[in-house]
Amino acid sequence: MLQKGDKAPDFTLSATPERSVTLSNLRGKNVILAFYPADWSPVCSDQMTLYNEMLKYFEKYNAELLGISVDGAWCHKAFAKVRQLNFDLLSDFEPKGEVSRLYGVYDNGISQRALFVIDANGIIQWSYLSPIGENPGADGIIKALEDIKSN
Amino acid sequence: MATLTPAVSSQDHTLGPKDAAIEIVEYGDFQCPFCREAYYIIKQWLDEYENRFRFVFRHFPLTEAHEYALDAALSAEAAGRQNRFWDMHDAIYDDQPALNDGLLVRLAKTLDLDLHKFSEDVEDKSLLIRVNDDFESGVRSGVNGTPTFFVNGKRYNGDYKDIPSMFPR
Repeated sequence: MLQKGDKAPDFTLSATPERSVTLSNLRGKNVILAFYPADWSPVCSDQMTLYNEMLKYFEKYNAELLGISVDGAWCHKAFAKVRQLNFDLLSDFEPKGEVSRLYGVYDNGISQRALFVIDANGIIQWSYLSPIGENPGADGIIKALEDIKSN
Repeated sequence: MATLTPAVSSQDHTLGPKDAAIEIVEYGDFQCPFCREAYYIIKQWLDEYENRFRFVFRHFPLTEAHEYALDAALSAEAAGRQNRFWDMHDAIYDDQPALNDGLLVRLAKTLDLDLHKFSEDVEDKSLLIRVNDDFESGVRSGVNGTPTFFVNGKRYNGDYKDIPSMFPR
């Protein structure tokens, strides 16, 4: 798993069936990557519901949140619609798990529940691997963003 | 890890003695069915164990998921301005299945609040800031869903129904 100080590997992934997101296009902003095992499973849903509430706080830190799992773009679309999520869920679908592998958080066919906070220059400033069944909350993310802000 | 920040202060809504050996803080959402379940359980503890613990409620409205959660939190705060926070807190949970904006005003009426003051206070920006401050403190403290409980400042990760086993005899 990539750690603080590592350069965040660039990627382009689908955010919707029609639109993709490239990490390097977000230079100048802090980026939060939230890898998670699957749409619809109960813990992820709570985690993504929580992050959805957090968007205005992330904005205060000039940070953009991206969720990533191996689910397809249409699955993400349905999931985001039902949960009314207002941030992008990226599909690490083809080749399956490629980006999760780059970040060292791919295991047994799914993304692990892992968080990365990447600064405006594309350097990882914080990463955290959560037990897969545990919702890691957002306290670590906020602390990492505060540390970036104060440096 | 997962420590309550900031600690309980005179700003908080509390029940029970200040010097109780056990202090329980709940981060809750008025539209969350699991919080409603917890409400009935804690109510029972308050009856059964009265002075053996202190209970504190902080707001954690999931406003994107629950349409009336924020309005309900603001209504409880507005009632608090008339020293009726806990009555409104209880009334909202009791009637949670019927929660909407109309219900909140009806509850204010039932509690015999000054309705003019109530409707002004619900719109008062400082109450919104207070609710948001609670939410932010929850996030910083490691709240990851509702309800989340802290016992004596530490997040309680087990089944909260077991908390009374910690109460002093």
